[in-house]
Amino acid sequence: MGVIEWVSWVFNKLSDYFTKFQFVRYAMIVGILIALCSSLLGVTLVLKRFSYIGDGLSHVAFGAVAIATVCNLSNNMLIVIPITVISAILLLYTGSRRKIKGDASIAMISVASLSFGYLLMNVFPTSTNISADVCMTLFGSTSILTLTATEVWLCVGMSVLVIAVFVLFYHKIFAVTFDEGFATATGLRSSMYNLMIAVVIAIIIVLAMNLVGSLLISALVIFPALSAMRVFKSFKAVIICSAVLAVFCSALGMLISIVAGTPVGATIVVVDVAAFGVFSLVGLIKKN
Amino acid sequence: MALLTCRDLVLGYEGKKVVEELNFSVNAGDYLCIVGENGSGKTTLMKTILKLHAPISGRIETGEGLKQNEIGYLPQQTMVQKDFPASVNEIVLSGCLNRCGFRPFYNREEKQAAKKNMERLGITDLAGRCYRELSGGQQQRVLLARALCATGKLLLLDEPVAGLDPKAMADLYHLIENLNSFDGITVIMISHDIAAAVKYASHILHLSFKPLFFGRKSDYIHSETGKLFREVYGGER
Ligand SMILES: Nc1ncnc2c1ncn2[C@@H]1O[C@H](COP(=O)(O)OP(=O)(O)OP(=O)(O)O)[C@@H](O)[C@H]1O
Ligand SMILES: [Mg+2]
Repeated sequence: MGVIEWVSWVFNKLSDYFTKFQFVRYAMIVGILIALCSSLLGVTLVLKRFSYIGDGLSHVAFGAVAIATVCNLSNNMLIVIPITVISAILLLYTGSRRKIKGDASIAMISVASLSFGYLLMNVFPTSTNISADVCMTLFGSTSILTLTATEVWLCVGMSVLVIAVFVLFYHKIFAVTFDEGFATATGLRSSMYNLMIAVVIAIIIVLAMNLVGSLLISALVIFPALSAMRVFKSFKAVIICSAVLAVFCSALGMLISIVAGTPVGATIVVVDVAAFGVFSLVGLIKKN
Repeated sequence: MALLTCRDLVLGYEGKKVVEELNFSVNAGDYLCIVGENGSGKTTLMKTILKLHAPISGRIETGEGLKQNEIGYLPQQTMVQKDFPASVNEIVLSGCLNRCGFRPFYNREEKQAAKKNMERLGITDLAGRCYRELSGGQQQRVLLARALCATGKLLLLDEPVAGLDPKAMADLYHLIENLNSFDGITVIMISHDIAAAVKYASHILHLSFKPLFFGRKSDYIHSETGKLFREVYGGER
């Protein structure tokens, strides 16, 4: 098969999917929005040395999903969102007053809820194939391809909210991230903004679980930010670059997974990793 | 009514006292220099005034309607992560944030103020540079410009001249003197430069576990503490 035939085959296949299948369009919209939101907050989390928070929270969300499944709730978001938000607040907001160091407490909460969730799913099995269930929650499922219109709208609404919060509080988020002491001393209510960041990141995590599963969420959060930081030196440039990069990588990842039939979440993450490689290289070249 | 009054203030960490018996007040328009050896609690006092740190006992009263967002502050140390992407311009502007309230963006006056303060500190040509790639003295100037942006009524400086070259140091003292006498901004400065403290300040607070001296500069010069300290640290000119 020559290159031209191959390209046209890919193109035909994609346009086929897009015109024929509603779920592919839904998946693209949701995937891009989630990637965008996580990358915006990702810069702050990376800079505050909270990269692992995404991981920790997603494990909490996994535990919460297990509880919701066992309780046979029709809409498990009702349990998952509050639990995740509360954990995020505990992790981020209590900040310096904590006796246990940040990374240790995140690790504790993360493994505790992971094992708790797995235990629950095994003790009160709701389906015959537990390992498939678990695998789906951990690595992202095909559920991204079975989204209903309501779920898509929920996701769009939440994303708009996250983006609006980020744009409106952009300068405050910068100040709190760069120098919290100065911000507080000169009259900014840092703890309120930390709380806000915690809540928003929890919401993003819950949304992103559908897309890439709980094990891979932190990739969506940290990779675009880290890549952008390799090349750009101002906060604004890093934010813009990581947002653009996140959208590009998640779109590309999803297209590849449609054409090649690979798992959605893992493919997006692999594309993100590749982009990180490219940006590291560009950063090195720029330096010399 | 004083701008700031400390009553029976005891400062410390986790119940361990660092300074006690702090009783003094700062009036609007004062220029107070806090001196004392390393570890005598100067920074701790400043952080307590800024409500970044809670006192063990006693209280600080503010007067004349002083609000938290009218205070400019230069920290002694700023823990900026090694790889933090932030341009000089972004950092200086962030000093203006306390004027914004709920407005999400900076207005023209605030951008002007940032520009003016960058000019004052001679860092206009660094505006687009990355903060973490600057020299120590340049970084100090950036943070000074940010502090000036945040200043409404009161300016707190923790060792502002540390790391500055002689010319920048002289310029800074001159600038602060102007802010104090022409713009009426109250200044509280921590300094090891006893000669300059005695030259520019109106009041001196000398800390060493207890306040050894608080009062007007002219009284300090003739006090036992002042004489001794200036002999050791070379305050004579
Ligand atoms: N975060 C902290 N936790 C516990 N003790 C502290 C802390 N920060 C300072 N101290 C202690 O408080 C005392 C006063 O410290 P402070 O930083 O106020 O001194 P300083 O007068 O500013 O000194 P320098 O001239 O070196 O800046 C010191 O003995 C120090 O060990
Ligand atoms: Mg100090």
